[in-house]
Amino acid sequence: MTTMETDRRGGVAADEAGNGRTRPLAKVVAYAALAVLSLLFISPLLYMLATSFKTTADAASPVPQWIPADPSLQAYETVLNTDGTPVVRWLVNSFASATLQTLLILVTASMAAYALARIEFRGRGVVFAIIIATLFVPPVILLIPNYLIVGRLGWLDTLLAVVVPGAAGAFGVFFLRQFFLGLPKELEEAAFLDGATRWRTFRSIVLPLSKPALVTLALLSFLTNWNDFLWPVYVLFSPENQTLPAGLSTLQNANAVRYDLLMAGAVIASAPVLLLYVLAQRYIVEGVGRAGLKG
Amino acid sequence: MADIAVNRDALAKGAAATTADAGARAARTASTSRRDRRDGWFFLVPYLLLFTVFVIAPAGFGLWISLHDYDYTLPEKPFVGLENYSGLISGDSPFAAPFWQAMQGTAIFTIASVPLLLVLPLGVALIMNAKFRGRNFFRALFFAPYVLGVAVVAVLWRYLLDTNIGLINHYLGDAIPWLTQENTAWASLVGVTVWWTLGFNAVIYLAALQDISPELYEAARMDGANRWQQFVNVTLPGLRPVLLFVTSVTIIASVNMFGQSYLMTQGGPGTETRTAIYQIAETGLTSFNSGLASAMSLIFSVFLALVSIAVFFAFRERDDGSRRRRRPTSGEARGR
Repeated sequence: MTTMETDRRGGVAADEAGNGRTRPLAKVVAYAALAVLSLLFISPLLYMLATSFKTTADAASPVPQWIPADPSLQAYETVLNTDGTPVVRWLVNSFASATLQTLLILVTASMAAYALARIEFRGRGVVFAIIIATLFVPPVILLIPNYLIVGRLGWLDTLLAVVVPGAAGAFGVFFLRQFFLGLPKELEEAAFLDGATRWRTFRSIVLPLSKPALVTLALLSFLTNWNDFLWPVYVLFSPENQTLPAGLSTLQNANAVRYDLLMAGAVIASAPVLLLYVLAQRYIVEGVGRAGLKG
Repeated sequence: MADIAVNRDALAKGAAATTADAGARAARTASTSRRDRRDGWFFLVPYLLLFTVFVIAPAGFGLWISLHDYDYTLPEKPFVGLENYSGLISGDSPFAAPFWQAMQGTAIFTIASVPLLLVLPLGVALIMNAKFRGRNFFRALFFAPYVLGVAVVAVLWRYLLDTNIGLINHYLGDAIPWLTQENTAWASLVGVTVWWTLGFNAVIYLAALQDISPELYEAARMDGANRWQQFVNVTLPGLRPVLLFVTSVTIIASVNMFGQSYLMTQGGPGTETRTAIYQIAETGLTSFNSGLASAMSLIFSVFLALVSIAVFFAFRERDDGSRRRRRPTSGEARGR
């Protein structure tokens, strides 16, 4: 990887030398294209933010206001204080659901991945093959039966329904196993010879060495759960038990064209993930990029 | 990476670990292997519990349900054999027409969105692949909508596409019914999906572009290749493995489209923009016709499998073709 890094830098230098004349123009064109694209991506979000601070009348005005003529917190006040659409509860539910599921995934997937990467025992190959095979099963096949299973467990319309079943996916196990296989074995073997148990080796050597992979998996899991839509829409029916995405649907049904309220709800739903994204952008974006290279 | 994995698995399967390797492994005794087995299952059990209850069991259960007239609100769930399937395929079932219409909807959406989501992000990635100040900032910016999730994106765009007070119609100076007429509704759903997920594909492309050795470009330039020839002979072959990945992931995401339609058009006008997933969810989880909905999801999966196989073979054939074409330029550079 390091050699590639150097190669790339060397290559860029050569590129600049080779095409010295075309460079400035190409740069102008590229920057112009980027400016237009950026506008396309950022302006809808800015407009969402602007509308959330508008009065009901201004939000419904056919003349766009990029800056609210009469800035007001009225939409937030309404959205946060209406009984049928308890946005604060949704926020709490989303946080609880995403956090608990992320923890569940980190614990179960890291343990399983360690067994599959490092411990040699009969049946391991078969277990791994079955787990990997399910990566190719379309999730919709599991939708109806899982709904019935969750119903039989008495979990419908509870937090457990959006925390537990989603943690059973094979991605985390696959992702961490790949990472563990790339770790040098020597440290673990040394600890082993010193009489450390498997569990101790795992806890105090493997996990600390795997921090980048664990952080990436945690972020991707959190975002996936936070944004999950179809499942919560069908398994959570009481307004007070919904997560934010399902809640936005409820909010939309209750306020068809009250866009001030809808945008306030959308801002509340996006602020936490955007903040997380700003803080951990590299992990998330590079985690996704790397996933492609492995595929 | 994969080779190592296979070898180690092979070692595990060859039960007598001592014969596999003369050195360190000779020291392994029966007691360590017993301990390994105990430890192995100990570490696996928490995940396997989840995996069994929420992946393996439902996979089998779904098949079983699809052979029954299964409505969990009713006490009787009689076995009906393949009736759910035959009813859907022959059109006898009252749910057959809406199901096939939804399958068609999914096909329309997939055919319209996948090419855009393969080409446009590549363009964006190529622009970003040039070295310039603030590249990481732009990369983060284009990826941002994806982080928001479908609910926020759909609610936001329903506002921007509103016929009377939407931003889009205001700037077009028109009153296009973006979400209430079939053709424009599909265009809106595709456009919003491109806006939402373009950054995801672009990031994957960009990582792959940065992985192509600059020496290949250099060699091509020395052979007198112009920019376009470099793109065709170096960039595209270099992207080939990731192209299969991006194509598969994009197709899978598109055929599973649900939230955009649910929130932006409510499947309308009428049920024109209902997708297969939407129909399956409504049949099974709103009408509680679980047997039929399971049969639908299995028929849907057969179609998806056929598409996946087709994509795989399409890439394999192109694989051979372009490798032959590529040889003259890449032959001079060192292989990776």
